[in-house]
Amino acid sequence: MVKMILIAIVAPLLAFSIGLSFMMIKRKVVARIQRRYGPTIIQPIFDIMKLLLKEDNISHGVIFSLGPIIAIAGSILSVFFIPIAGLNMLTGSGDLIALLYIMAIGSLGMALGAGDSANPNASIGISRALTLMFGYDLPLVIIVISVALQYHTTDLSAIVAAQANGHWALWSLPLSAIVGFVVTYGALGEHPFDIITAPHEVATGPMVEYGGKHLGFLMINHAFHLYVEIALFVDLFLGGASNIFIFYIKMFAVFFIMMMFDEVLPRFKIDDAVRFFWKWPTVVALISLIIVLVK
Amino acid sequence: MEKMTEEQVKSIANMLRKRSLWMIHYCTGCGAMELPPTMTSRYDMERFGLAPYVTSRQADILLITGYLNVKTLRRVITVYEQMLDPKYVIGFGSCTLNGGVYWDSYAVIKQLDRYIPADLYIAGCMPRPEAVISAFRHLMELIDSGKADGYKRYKRNLAYYKENQRKVLG
Repeated sequence: MVKMILIAIVAPLLAFSIGLSFMMIKRKVVARIQRRYGPTIIQPIFDIMKLLLKEDNISHGVIFSLGPIIAIAGSILSVFFIPIAGLNMLTGSGDLIALLYIMAIGSLGMALGAGDSANPNASIGISRALTLMFGYDLPLVIIVISVALQYHTTDLSAIVAAQANGHWALWSLPLSAIVGFVVTYGALGEHPFDIITAPHEVATGPMVEYGGKHLGFLMINHAFHLYVEIALFVDLFLGGASNIFIFYIKMFAVFFIMMMFDEVLPRFKIDDAVRFFWKWPTVVALISLIIVLVK
Repeated sequence: MEKMTEEQVKSIANMLRKRSLWMIHYCTGCGAMELPPTMTSRYDMERFGLAPYVTSRQADILLITGYLNVKTLRRVITVYEQMLDPKYVIGFGSCTLNGGVYWDSYAVIKQLDRYIPADLYIAGCMPRPEAVISAFRHLMELIDSGKADGYKRYKRNLAYYKENQRKVLG
């Protein structure tokens, strides 16, 4: 019991610090790619602290204020379902399919809050977010089914255990792994899939009316979101890890490759993004599924 | 442990605030061209934790670039009132100080400080990116010492500002 409570406190803190460290490194790496010096490494901490210290916090209604909290709650709940480094928190009581449902809560919380702000930019942004989710969820579900069929289980900790000693799903299911990378990339909303926040088109989309501590909570949620998406990819295809350092290194490797793509690509239109997800990743994921079924 | 006084809490808050300033630049006039080099690789203002943001709710600094005519003043006041405290205003270019080359125009606001409280002015037509960055550094010092209190002045002297705004806007 005590151990469970301890894990319940430590796991979100760990997830938050990993996500935050990625946010820090990203600002610096992006600056270096653009041949700038870049901000100090702890700049995201200053940003979050400043937002939480704002004297004014305008709310447009109860749901508007609840939106970021629902989003954080959904993200923290999905942290518990992802096994890291032998810590199986709630993975026993819910499987991969439950996790897929819980991961959608974050976007839905944002949708509720943005809808309550009654700003047209927020409505456009959130409709884009949900449409994009519709786009990348189809290949995601197909690759999750292929991984589950490959290991004859939907228990994420059993999938991690089956990949021990270097028998990664990346080697046995390379096509699914590629699709998984693209889908994770899309879920993080990096270029070219940053249509949701697109500052030049919809003025940061769902966040347009958020300021002060609400925006601070959304930045904290972004750290959790980064962690959840990449940790799921590492667990599914890179075999998890036996300790937290190896896990961090694997996550960082995935994130570093993503940053390289992020800086050189322009932005999709929303219909092009959905068309892309339903064409190439879906077809490749289906081929991978057929290979698993035939084998 | 001793209890922290309100003063100490405020000074810590100011120290954090000055390290992260988000700017909304309302490009009313001609100054828009000086800002892209300030933001991007050449002068890179992100070094100091400054970043351009797109909406008034998220921003801390309102940068009024160049001349401000009567029509845009209404929007500028709306943007300023939408921003969340603490907020700072920088008048950019000579036109916000005394009208600049538009000193005798019937459609241009001569003195920004009569309508919204400016914390800082950058003189020049146009100020170079170096001048812009040095102004931001100066604003940071003002915030740190608690002297950048434009938003408090606006609340305290609301009647004065509203009266001046009513005179031009009608």
